Amino acid sequence: MSDETILPKEEKEPKEPGWVERVAPKNVAWSSLVVIPLLAVFSALVVGAVFIIFTEGFGAVFPAYKALFQGSLVGWNSISETLLVSSPLIFAGLSVALGFRAALFNIGAEGQMTIGGLTAVIVGISFEGLPAVIHLPLALVAGFLGGVLWGFIPGILRAKTGAHEVITTIMLNFIAFRTLEYILKVPFVQAEGRFDPISKDVLESAQLPRILTWLPVEGAEMLRLNLGFIVALAVAWVVYWILFKSTIGFEFRAVGANPSAAKYGGMAVTSAIILVMVLAGGLAGLGGANETLGVLGRAFPGFTAQIGFDAIALALLGRSHPGGVVLASILFGALRVGGRVMQVKTDVGIDLIIIIQALIIVFVAAPELVRAIYKVKGGEEAGQLTRGWST
Amino acid sequence: MTAVVGTAEFVRAPAEVRRARILGITYILLAAVVYFLFALGTEGDVTFKMGDQPGDLDFTVSAQALAIFTAVVFAFLGGMQLIKGFGSKTNVVLAIAIGLFAFSFLGWAAAGKSLSLIGMLGTTVALAAPIAFGALSGVMCERVAVINIGIEGMLLAGAFTGAVVGTLMGPVLGILGAAFAGGLMALALAVLAIKYRVDQIIAGVVINIFALGLTSFLSAQFLVENASGLNTPGVLGPIRIPLLADIPVLGRIFFDQNIFIYVMYLLVAGLTYGLFKTRWGLQSRAVGEHPKAADTVGINVFRRRYINVVLGGLIAGFGGAYFTLGSVGAFNENMTAGRGYIGLAAMIFGRWHPVGALGAALVFGFADSLQVKLGILDTGIPSEFLLMAPYLVTIIVVAGVVGQTRPPAADGQPYIKE
Repeated sequence: MSDETILPKEEKEPKEPGWVERVAPKNVAWSSLVVIPLLAVFSALVVGAVFIIFTEGFGAVFPAYKALFQGSLVGWNSISETLLVSSPLIFAGLSVALGFRAALFNIGAEGQMTIGGLTAVIVGISFEGLPAVIHLPLALVAGFLGGVLWGFIPGILRAKTGAHEVITTIMLNFIAFRTLEYILKVPFVQAEGRFDPISKDVLESAQLPRILTWLPVEGAEMLRLNLGFIVALAVAWVVYWILFKSTIGFEFRAVGANPSAAKYGGMAVTSAIILVMVLAGGLAGLGGANETLGVLGRAFPGFTAQIGFDAIALALLGRSHPGGVVLASILFGALRVGGRVMQVKTDVGIDLIIIIQALIIVFVAAPELVRAIYKVKGGEEAGQLTRGWST
Repeated sequence: MTAVVGTAEFVRAPAEVRRARILGITYILLAAVVYFLFALGTEGDVTFKMGDQPGDLDFTVSAQALAIFTAVVFAFLGGMQLIKGFGSKTNVVLAIAIGLFAFSFLGWAAAGKSLSLIGMLGTTVALAAPIAFGALSGVMCERVAVINIGIEGMLLAGAFTGAVVGTLMGPVLGILGAAFAGGLMALALAVLAIKYRVDQIIAGVVINIFALGLTSFLSAQFLVENASGLNTPGVLGPIRIPLLADIPVLGRIFFDQNIFIYVMYLLVAGLTYGLFKTRWGLQSRAVGEHPKAADTVGINVFRRRYINVVLGGLIAGFGGAYFTLGSVGAFNENMTAGRGYIGLAAMIFGRWHPVGALGAALVFGFADSLQVKLGILDTGIPSEFLLMAPYLVTIIVVAGVVGQTRPPAADGQPYIKE
C-alpha cells in the first residue's frame, strides 16, 4: 500500500463535514434527513385533502387549507399562538426522541406530563409571597421531578425485570389520569367552591411570564407566547449536548445501537436504561409544567390534550434529533393552531389534524413507502428503532 | 469453595434467578399485607352467593379466617418460589395467587355482608372477552413474527364500524363489518411491516393513533349530530345454551352469555388445534421461529405473514364489536381505553398460546370486575384507585413474568429474501 493509492481518495472526500453531517452524525443521507420528512408532510396533507373531499366535498379543500395556513402563520397573533402551542410539544417530543436514541419507546409521555403538570401546580399554588425568581424555577423543577418519578417506574421495570416499556408506560398513563383526578379533589389542591376535579389557580409568582407583550404592534398585550418557549429551546440544546457531546450520551446511543456490545464495552446498561427513562420522564414532566404554569394556569383532567402521543410523531419526524424535534414541534403547533381556525371558519373538524399527524408518522416511519411513491433514491435507512419483547 | 457444581441440575440464567427471587419476596410481602390489612381487626362473616336463588348454594366463611388462610398460602408460595421456583408453572401459580389475593380482598371488603360471587364471575368472563380477542389477535400475528401493537386501534375501528353498520344494517352485518375494519387496519400494518419493513412497534402505534383520529373525526363529524340514525345498534342479549347452562355454578358463568363469548371459546379451541395440529400451524410457527429455514423448505414467508396478520386483524375487529354491540350499545370516543394493550400483556402472560391467552384475559377480566364490584360495596377506597386496578395488575403481570417467557424467535424482525 503506497501513498499514491490513498491520496486520490482523500481528495474526493470533503475535508470539513457539511452541516448535514454535523446535524446527523451517523452518515444519514440528505434525502432521508430532509427530503423524506418534507415529502411525508406533503403526502399527509394530500391524503388529508382526500378525507375532506369525502366528508365535505371537493370545494371545501382549498378554504380549509387556506384557513389552516393563515390561522397558524399569518400575523403576529398566529405566530405567537403557534409557538405557544409548540412549546409543550418540544418538551414531549424531546422525551420520546431521547428514548428512541437508546432504543426505548416511551409512549408514556402523556402520563409523565400529567404527573409533572400536577406536581408543578401543587408547588405553584403553595408558597404565597415567594418571589417569582425562586417560585417559578421551583415549580418547574417540581414538574421535572414529577415526570422523573413517572419515568423511573418503567425504567427500573425494564432494566430489572424486562417488562416492556410500551406496555408499562401505557398502563402508567391510565394510572396517572386517575391519580390526577384523585389529587385534584384533595381539599388543599381543589379550587374553592368547586366539586369537580379542578385545581386552584397557580399563583402569579409561579406563572410563566409572557414575552411578546413589548412588541410595538397593535394588540401586542394579547400575545400569549410565554417564557416556556425559551425554556424549551434551551432544554433542546441541553438534550443535544447530552446526546452528542457527553460521555453519558454516547453510552445512551451505544446501548440503543447494540446493548450487548455496550455491555462488553464496560458500560452499565442497566443504569443507562433507567437514566434514559428518568430523563425522558423529566422532559415530559417539564412539558406538563409548561402547560399548567403557562397558558392554562391550573390543572384539570385531560389538560395534556394528547400531546404525549403527538410526541411520537415529533420524534420520528425530527429524526430523534433535538433540532429536528424543535422544527417538527413548530410544524405541529402550526397544524393545531391552524386547525382551530379551520374548524371555526369551515365545516372541517379539528380531528382532521389528528389524521394528518398520524399520516405524517406513517410516511416518516415508512421511508421506503415515500421513496417508492416519489421515486427518491437514497442511502440506507436506519433500521429498527425499538426492541421486541425479549430483553 | 464450592468445588462440586450440580451438573445434573438445571442451571438457570442469572436474570431468571433474580426474577424468581423478586417474585418470591413479593409473595412474602403480600402475605404480610394480607395479614395486616385484611386479617387484623376484621370481624364478621362474608357470604358468597353461588346460585341464582337467595340461599341457594351460598357459602359463608369468616373474613378473618379467609385472610389468614390467604396469608399462609402466600408465605408458602413465597418460600417455594425462593427455594426451588415453579419452573414452567410460574404463570399459573401467579394467576392463582392474584385470584386468591382478590378473593381475600373481597372478603375483607364485604365482611358482615353477602355478595353475589356468581354474578361477579359472569361479569369476569364478559369483561375478559375484548382482552381475549386482542390477545388472540396478538397470538396470530406474533406466531408469524409480526409484533402487533396495533390491536388497540383494531379494536377501536371494530367498535366504531360495529356501531354504525350495526345501526344501519343490523347486528350480523355490524359484526362482519367490524371484523372487516379490523382486517383493513391489519392489512395496513402488514404492508408497513412486511413490505416496507417499518419498525413494527412504531407501525402498530401509528395504527392506534390513526384509528383514534379517524374514529374521533368521523364520530364528531357524523355520529354526534345523528346519534339515533347511526349510533344506536342495540346490545345483543345473552343466549342460554340449553343443556350446558343447567350445570350448577359453571353453567351460569360460562354458558349464559352473548354470542361474542361463545365465539371466543370456539376461537381459542380452533386456534389451539390449528396452530399445533395442522400443517398451516406448523408452517406458521416455522415462519415465526426461523423464516429463512421455512423459506428454504418452500414456505412462502411473505404470504404466510400477510394472511395471518390479516386474520389477526379480523379477530381484533370482531372483538372490537363487543364494545358497541356486546356491552355498551353505542360508540364513544376512545372507548377501548387501553384494552388492546392489556390484550398484549395477556398474550405475553399466556405465553403466546391461545389457551394461555384466554386464561390471562380472565385474570384481567377478574381485576376489572373486582373494580366494578368494590365500587358498589362502598369500602371507603376512592373510586379513582379502584379504576387503576386492571392497569396495576397488568404492570405486575408483565414485570413478574415477561423474562420467563420466550417469544417466537424471529418476533419483530422483518424478513428480507435474498
